[in-house]
Amino acid sequence: MRKLVIVLAALMALPNVVLAETAEEKGRAIAIESDNRDKGWADSSADMKMVLRNRHGKESTRKIRVTNLEMENDGDKGLTVFDHPRDVKGTAFLSYSHSLVPDEQWIYLPALKRVKRISSSNKSGPFMGSEFAYEDISSFEIPKYSYLYLRDEVLDGQDCFVLELRPQYKHSGYTKSIVWIDKEEYRTQRIDYYDRKDSLLKTQRFKDYKQYLGQYWRAHTQTMENQQNGKSTTLYWDNFQFKTGLTEKDFEKNDLKRQR
Amino acid sequence: MTLNVNVKNSLLAAGALAGFFSAGLQAVELSGYLAGEYRYFQHQSPFAEPGQNQASFVAAPEFYHEWDDGNQNILFSPFLRVDSEDDERTHADIRELQWMYIQDDWELKAGVGKVFWGVTESQHLVDVINQTDLVENSDTEDKQGQPMINLSFFKDWGTVDLFVLPYFRERTFAGDKGRLRSGLVVDTNKAQYESGAGRHHLDVAVRWSHTLGDWDVGLSHFYGTNREPLLQPNTTFDKLIPYYEIMHQTGIDIQQTSEAWLWKLEIIRRETRSETFTALTGGFEYTFYGVFESDIDVGLIAEYLFDDRNDELATPFEDDVLVGTRITWNDEQSTELLVGMIQDMSSSDNSWNIEASRRIGDRWKASIEGRFFSSNNTDSAIYSIRDDDYLLLELARYF
Repeated sequence: MRKLVIVLAALMALPNVVLAETAEEKGRAIAIESDNRDKGWADSSADMKMVLRNRHGKESTRKIRVTNLEMENDGDKGLTVFDHPRDVKGTAFLSYSHSLVPDEQWIYLPALKRVKRISSSNKSGPFMGSEFAYEDISSFEIPKYSYLYLRDEVLDGQDCFVLELRPQYKHSGYTKSIVWIDKEEYRTQRIDYYDRKDSLLKTQRFKDYKQYLGQYWRAHTQTMENQQNGKSTTLYWDNFQFKTGLTEKDFEKNDLKRQR
Repeated sequence: MTLNVNVKNSLLAAGALAGFFSAGLQAVELSGYLAGEYRYFQHQSPFAEPGQNQASFVAAPEFYHEWDDGNQNILFSPFLRVDSEDDERTHADIRELQWMYIQDDWELKAGVGKVFWGVTESQHLVDVINQTDLVENSDTEDKQGQPMINLSFFKDWGTVDLFVLPYFRERTFAGDKGRLRSGLVVDTNKAQYESGAGRHHLDVAVRWSHTLGDWDVGLSHFYGTNREPLLQPNTTFDKLIPYYEIMHQTGIDIQQTSEAWLWKLEIIRRETRSETFTALTGGFEYTFYGVFESDIDVGLIAEYLFDDRNDELATPFEDDVLVGTRITWNDEQSTELLVGMIQDMSSSDNSWNIEASRRIGDRWKASIEGRFFSSNNTDSAIYSIRDDDYLLLELARYF
């Protein structure tokens, strides 16, 4: 009898346990699900055109090529080659990203044929003079943030989870970001970034999602609008390729000098 | 062979190659730049011939073609400068004309190439493969193309580079009408060599480099013709004759990267018939990112320069300190400023260096360069250029 009571009590407690999932746990679970759905792409490459617009609508363009290598239990490795503007053509950038310890980064300066190890503390600085900071384009890893589920919300006709992320890595330019993830495919649809004074700094919107290899969704248009200075930057992605057989050998310092 | 003949031959070769590239191969990528430059010297030269104004034009195209799934490529980058004043500064060169064959863990490069070794900013002791093109810039960072075969192996325990260098390139020096020279002009047509093989001495070099966590290290050895000549007066004492010795040089370069700190060290030991010495450069670069809530990064650079010859004529950097700052605006125009001052510790001699650049529109780039020398020490290598302070303006068009 006593046993039964205990079992009953335990059974009754179960739904409570589920209901008692905290907003932190729910937020984290959603982020993990989103991350898990994007696992196994092995390696990828793509071309990117970046259009910078100032507040008067004047535009300038950059073109880069990006290859990435998925690393298990670590941040991705990435190799970026610059094609435009022409004065930086051939400049190449190699990065080994990590969750909480500093990333390892090298840059290749073709005019001097010099490979330089550079500091990775520059998380909040602009990437190529754009509205994207280095931390906005670095690989997403679960331990980089703390998570809080805020609410459900319909965004552009899609049911979304809304999460609050707080960076746990050093040197971030943000106190927090608010992220909209659609419930159907767990894709990031929008991110609002809050600066160190906790006021809204930038909004990034993800458009033109296409699915690759029946699994991996990639936004082909990402627009970052700076809410404070009126500037914006749009990334247009093209030529996505996955599982092309790249290995760690293709992401070494020596490879920087081979880039064109 | 006079330098003018050199220019003519280089141009002919360049023209022929350019023709070959445009006609014979499809999908040749063309890039590079054209630039106009004006240099103003603040003081009159202590010598009769040179003036205070200098203008020049530079063409530096680059042709690239790859095939075999990207495993083979050819890179051709000729260089031409036409100078309004100095015949020695008017020169052409093949900076690179190189075939590269890439395999998984090794690669082979053959032709004329350019190689950089090292980590420090104030001087590049370890970097010995390419000859300095001194008429380009007194900072010795411009290099001439070096004929070479370079085999590289990439292993878990590091990268090994083997070099065979079958032909020597002489250092360039300013002519009669050029600035930044000594009282006696260097007669580059009369170069002498320790080796009987002259400029055909077969130089060899090996380098191991590796990354171990925060540490990037390199260890190198070079045996061959010293890129730095001894300058000796000729028999009539009206010119300097470059004399190139054979040398052994062992070099170490180390960088430790920790957050915003870059710690750097280069050490060399060089042995020639006339002397054996040790020199080093060591210091740091620390960067404040996004100062005062802006996008601007401010880097502080400090390096100590040492040479145990303690001979200011052999090198002005025998006991010197560099302090400098690198400011990066991170704006759309990639505005940058580098200011550095090298102070001799045993005298009041110093030199200032300013470099700034900014992109204009999509294809243009404007640069300013200033160098200012101060020397009261008649036994110093910079004494003869003490009046050669200059400001340079360059406008380059990239394509």
